[in-house]
Amino acid sequence: MSELAKPKPYSNPYVVGVGLGLVLLAAYLIMGRGLGASSAPSTVVAVVVNKIAPEHTVNNNFYKDYIGDGTTNPLKDWIIFEVIGVAIGGFLSGSLAHRIKGKVEKGPNISVKMRLTYAFIGGTLMGFGAKLARGCTSGQALTGGAVLNLGSWAFMFAVFGGGYLAAYFIRRQWL
Amino acid sequence: MMPYFKFNYFGVDTSLVIAVIIGIGFGFALERGGFGNARILAAQFYFYNMRVLKVMLTAIVTAMLGLFYFSWIGWLDLSLVYMTDTFIVPQILGGLILGVGFVVGGYCPGTSVVSASTGRYDGMIYFAGIFFGIFIFGEMFPILENFYNSTPMGRVTLPDFLGLSYGMVVFLVVAMALGAFAAAEWGEKVRFRITGRIKE
Repeated sequence: MSELAKPKPYSNPYVVGVGLGLVLLAAYLIMGRGLGASSAPSTVVAVVVNKIAPEHTVNNNFYKDYIGDGTTNPLKDWIIFEVIGVAIGGFLSGSLAHRIKGKVEKGPNISVKMRLTYAFIGGTLMGFGAKLARGCTSGQALTGGAVLNLGSWAFMFAVFGGGYLAAYFIRRQWL
Repeated sequence: MMPYFKFNYFGVDTSLVIAVIIGIGFGFALERGGFGNARILAAQFYFYNMRVLKVMLTAIVTAMLGLFYFSWIGWLDLSLVYMTDTFIVPQILGGLILGVGFVVGGYCPGTSVVSASTGRYDGMIYFAGIFFGIFIFGEMFPILENFYNSTPMGRVTLPDFLGLSYGMVVFLVVAMALGAFAAAEWGEKVRFRITGRIKE
């Protein structure tokens, strides 16, 4: 029936911000750590590479870090479970507001094929950048921002800087 | 004492259940904010819709004030809260690359999960792209390792760096956020008057 119902408008951003802040605060008070996202795919990539070519990961400190010393299963990871929750939470919220829909989000002046190509390129840049920066918008900007981590604040300004610098060149995708 | 996990109130298995619950709250909030939609996120970079800035700063301020309060009344040991060490130059370069990826792809990792789980194909493709980007980084790591570990500053906060008290920096961040909100509200109105575009 949700197909027929009209999608509800998004919520007030300040209310959402307080809600998100309280979730982050709860993570800190209960777990002593904040939120994250990009380390979930990192662990998966490291585990897959290790499965396919174990000799290849032995001398690579990046993969080794995610695989661990073998005493625990690397996939039994806090952020992986948290990201599963993110997918569930997003789906729940979208369902309640009738916003679940199979579609491609894009501006009017770009083809679906080009939009999906850009999505893949953007994701690739994001994955690479997040690893170089030791975290993404969740793990660095949001989480580190709240504890006044110097690197996180520098990172946050760089993210907006990079976004605004690139925005002009990619405007046909969105406007 | 908080953080509870650090004082062994529960074990690893329970922590994973908590991870899912906290994740649900995180994903729910992101979707409510409109962040499962790349057009809303990208609009931030064209000044059409400043939701990203408003939600992010409000969340940071809320959590920051909460942490400050619980540490001030003595319920929370802030030194036990996990914080990544700062490696300033690679983090700034990584942030720039990530910012470009944000506007090119339309999402960040967390928001792409919400986008994918609410049916957006661009979010799913983007999420696949993240794996590819991490794989490239992993394969290049032997070359990148020196740079990755350059300019280490350890566990350092803005109060340490600026030589100000924690409370003073909290106050300055709140003041900056209020200023940014006022500018964002004003900017959206001006943008609307120029272009006549309805903000979503």
